[in-house]
Amino acid sequence: MKKNKNYFKRSPLPKSPTSIHGLDEITGGGLPKGRPTLICGGAGCGKTLFAMEFLVRGANEFNEPGVFISFEETEKELIQNVSSLGFDLNKLIAQKKLWLENIYVKREETKQNGDFDLEGLFVRIHYAIESIGAKRIVLDTLETLFSELPNSRILRSELKRLFSWLKKKGVTTIITAEQGDGAFTRSGLEEYVSDCVILLDHRVTDQSSIRRLRIVKYRGSTHGTNEYPFLIDEDGFSVLPVTSLGLNHDSSLERISTGIPRLDTMLSGKGYFQGSTVLVSGTAGTGKTSIAAQFVEAACRRGERVLYFTFEESSSQLMRNMKSIGIHLEQWEKKGLLQFHATRPTLYGLESHLTTSIKLINTFKPAIVILDPINGFMIGENQSEVKNMLLRLVDFLKMKHITAFFTSLTSAGDNLENSDVYVSSLIDTWLLLRDIEIGGERNRGLYVLKSRGMAHSNQIREFKLTNSGIELVDVYVGVDGVLTGSARLSREMEDDAEKLLRQQEIGSKQFSLERKREAMEAQIVVLRSEFEAEESESLKIINIEKARNESFKKVKVEMAKSRRGDAPLKKIVMKKSKK
Amino acid sequence: MNIKKLRKNRPVISLFVAGKTIKSITALKNLKFICNEVLKGMYKLEVIDILKNPKLARENQVLAIPTLVLRMPLPRRNIIGDLSNRELMLAELNYSVKGKKVFLSI
Repeated sequence: MKKNKNYFKRSPLPKSPTSIHGLDEITGGGLPKGRPTLICGGAGCGKTLFAMEFLVRGANEFNEPGVFISFEETEKELIQNVSSLGFDLNKLIAQKKLWLENIYVKREETKQNGDFDLEGLFVRIHYAIESIGAKRIVLDTLETLFSELPNSRILRSELKRLFSWLKKKGVTTIITAEQGDGAFTRSGLEEYVSDCVILLDHRVTDQSSIRRLRIVKYRGSTHGTNEYPFLIDEDGFSVLPVTSLGLNHDSSLERISTGIPRLDTMLSGKGYFQGSTVLVSGTAGTGKTSIAAQFVEAACRRGERVLYFTFEESSSQLMRNMKSIGIHLEQWEKKGLLQFHATRPTLYGLESHLTTSIKLINTFKPAIVILDPINGFMIGENQSEVKNMLLRLVDFLKMKHITAFFTSLTSAGDNLENSDVYVSSLIDTWLLLRDIEIGGERNRGLYVLKSRGMAHSNQIREFKLTNSGIELVDVYVGVDGVLTGSARLSREMEDDAEKLLRQQEIGSKQFSLERKREAMEAQIVVLRSEFEAEESESLKIINIEKARNESFKKVKVEMAKSRRGDAPLKKIVMKKSKK
Repeated sequence: MNIKKLRKNRPVISLFVAGKTIKSITALKNLKFICNEVLKGMYKLEVIDILKNPKLARENQVLAIPTLVLRMPLPRRNIIGDLSNRELMLAELNYSVKGKKVFLSI
């Protein structure tokens, strides 16, 4: 039983980590330890640099001294060439962590007379290894010996001996070789070095160059078999194994505000999911960048870091433009929360864009990454490549829980929903901006085309750029359909006018009623005054009549008095009171 | 004989060997033969064992073993191999004193 168990026990091949970004991931830990690895490729594909970085990183990070045997460049040239990558070889040499040696044969001064071997090479390599206790060694373009030494038959057998000797010494070796026609190397070195073969490639498509790396073979180990893009920049080599990443990133429940309160409301009240991918697409001038800027503003206000890749505008132009809608981004840039990276999409290849982006993301560690716009990458018919690149980027960002915000310019006339279909599957939240053209003017409309994992609004909102940022306004939805802008305003005005008219009518009715009442009351007054006049007249007459009666009575009494003079007075008085 | 001329242009020869390998010993034997028989002792020979002196291998850019470095007369030349072709070796020495041709024979 025990024996069986041992038999099946896996013992992974010991590996020598390269610490080159991404390479250790696809090789499962590095190059085979103590064995030779062949790096082949055409001119200028970065073989020497790869080898040098392997040594420098080995010396700096793993404390494994290395020997660099150059058959082409002199020590001085090598030191100069890699100093641009920040590798200080002189320091490493002084620390006895690196040994540079240039080996060459002066063909014009050399003649062969009889049998020879390359013991000199062995002795020199041995001496170099022993001097610094090297664990790693690079033989840079060993093949030049084929043109320098007169007898290739001897050379072949000696090289074969060299590789087995190096293997026996247990040093991890890199041998670089120029790629030949139809073969990995010009002189068939792959016959001798068969533990690990890595092919570097540098090709140009549509005037942009793409560097790729492929592990042709790796004896005794599993490895990624694809062609992986790689980049050489000021930090050295980096390989992008993003396609090897699975779809196993965690997804966050956290939500982040879009910076536009009403848009948050449309996205079930809270905004985007943190770590999701947002696409804003629309035709020219619909305000994609403004939505992005508003999002940036909100994020920076929360104290989050934002990395903004702009492919059409320079950062200063963008900041100037955003100022016009009241978004002041420069304060955040000054505080170091916002970093712009403005490049033309055509400046370098897709892979380079990807690697540069990833590098920047790794160094800046933003919470939000903005790509404005992603269309710039489309040159000719490279949709699938662009999608591939974005897929890698999205995977990478999701793994890091970074919210990605893309804008996409759709050409007018296309069906808006179809135009970005190539990336649609990558997108979690898709906002669509569209021009609504009514009554001789264009207005911006916004709606949520999709938003995974939330109950989002199905309403079209009118989208307004004001002096104080973006505002969403309800559109007019009536019998005539959706109205925006002036049409909405005029429609609303019409409605208002109608209302006013009705109010006025009511008012006037009330007024006339009032007037009637007033008229009536006036009449009453007139009648009363007439009546009063009549009454006073009548009273006057009555009084006159009374007075006349009095005086008549008086006269009568006087007359009676005078006529009779003896009749009692009382009788006459009583008569008068009876009346 | 041109011994007088030879004396003026006494060849200075270095031979790089790596231990006592067959090729090294053969080369030394062949060289000594020429030096003694033809040059009649009019030479300066230095045998360098790079196993003992690996630094010298680097300084002299020695790769193949055995390597014979003909320092004088100028121009400097390297001959790699065990020098089994003595005629060729002689021709090389003759060529070296061009202008004042010296004909040597075994």
